[in-house]
Amino acid sequence: MGNFVIRDLNQSFPRDDGSRLVVLDHLSFEVQDKEFVCILGSSGCGKTTLLRLIAGLDEAQAGSIILDGEEIRGPNPKVGMVFQEYSLFPWRTVIDNIAFGLEMKGMGKEERYRIAEKYLDLVNLSQFRTSYPSELSGGMRQRVAVTRALALDPVLLLMDEPFGALDAQTRNMLQKELLEIWEKTKKTIIFITHSVDEAVFLADRIIVLTPRPGRICQIFPIELKRPRDRTSVEFAQVRRQVLDLIGQHCVIQ
Amino acid sequence: MSRWEQKNHNRWLGVCAIAIALIIWEAIAAGIIKNPFILPAPTDVFSAFIELLQKGRLILDFEASLIHFGIGLIAALLIGIPIGIVMGWSRRFDAFLDPVIEILRPIPPLAWIPFAIIWFGLTSWSAGFVIFVGAVFPVIINTYSGFRSVPRIFVETGKMLGCTKNRDLIRFIAFPAALPSVAAGIRIATGVGWMCLVAAELFGVSNNGLGMALWFFYNLHRMDYVVVYMILLGLIGLFFDMLFRYYMDRHFLKWRTGEVA
Repeated sequence: MGNFVIRDLNQSFPRDDGSRLVVLDHLSFEVQDKEFVCILGSSGCGKTTLLRLIAGLDEAQAGSIILDGEEIRGPNPKVGMVFQEYSLFPWRTVIDNIAFGLEMKGMGKEERYRIAEKYLDLVNLSQFRTSYPSELSGGMRQRVAVTRALALDPVLLLMDEPFGALDAQTRNMLQKELLEIWEKTKKTIIFITHSVDEAVFLADRIIVLTPRPGRICQIFPIELKRPRDRTSVEFAQVRRQVLDLIGQHCVIQ
Repeated sequence: MSRWEQKNHNRWLGVCAIAIALIIWEAIAAGIIKNPFILPAPTDVFSAFIELLQKGRLILDFEASLIHFGIGLIAALLIGIPIGIVMGWSRRFDAFLDPVIEILRPIPPLAWIPFAIIWFGLTSWSAGFVIFVGAVFPVIINTYSGFRSVPRIFVETGKMLGCTKNRDLIRFIAFPAALPSVAAGIRIATGVGWMCLVAAELFGVSNNGLGMALWFFYNLHRMDYVVVYMILLGLIGLFFDMLFRYYMDRHFLKWRTGEVA
């Protein structure tokens, strides 16, 4: 299961002059099991803050984050995360990176390699199993990072602009791959992006945040059938709708 | 010219420089000064080296020095690395230990010789102690700064993957991430410790030792022997450094290929 509820989430940081910078303001939304949700917003709107709270890496000032009826307080094995920056451990080979979480669970070498191998196959990187991350391209590194998060079989996968640093072609390819993986593994995914194109291509629903303080501006279901064709007329129409909406309602006031 | 040829070419330049230095040295010593007590010529030094080898003394001196050096360096690693780790990992330990270390650190290792003798007597342990004092601070400082600069992303990634205990985070994330810096510290410590060796042996902790022998032959005014020991000290230090670099590059830092030039 991967039912996920956020209620009345507040977060603010102290400023130098003593006042507080409100980053998230009474944020509430729900995500269904196995749903792919994109959170869309310009930089500085608190997207990453929100994701870090869900991951349990930071603590919210007020409000609750509930996964399958259980409140999240601190990092949780049911939640996986893929960071924006390159986060592979450079001193471990690809297979040891993927098997890291399993190793932490105390699983023996043979079994964790068997599982890691299976996931490595899923992203067609088997021939790089003993390579070090420095030997991989940016796209491959992020594929391994996704695989590493999946190897622990989380119910909820958080992705913080994971393809942001990649070139457009690699990015499109990885988006397609991610959807295939999602079809196969059926995780609930919360994916952060600032690209409307990426959000429309990936999401079941797009949650648009306003910047400073982060509030929900609109929730936008995407009804387009998969696989989506980003050059089709329908795709362009949806994109325009989302862009118009952001332009009308979700700019800084 | 290919890169390989270029590299080979540059190596020849280095050999040439050594040869030229030897020729100038020989010319000055044999042609101008003409007094082997003030400046022994390279040829004198070479025959002195052969004599010392035949006496079988060099090996004994080398062994004794290796013991002193080993005691000092191993103690520096056993004590320095854990201190560096706790200081790098915990801000509280850092605040607690930093003043003591900053006060002790500038004291020259040789200033500890009187207490080395009082505490350990005229034994290999007191020579080892002086070398330890020289070697321990680079180990602490580099381990500390290595731990301080572990990227936050690695620690957070580790936490998300179920590595949440401090002990595990240090063992599986922070230590491997800090290893290049720790290794650099050990390398500096090796150099500093080796430099302390001569002085550590001067006060007569043993009958043998490279530093001990250097001093002994100075008292006998055998300056050609003194130069042999000087050169040996330099070459052995260089050899340790190269060995260490080779070993580190091969076994620990494979993953850094492509990151360092």
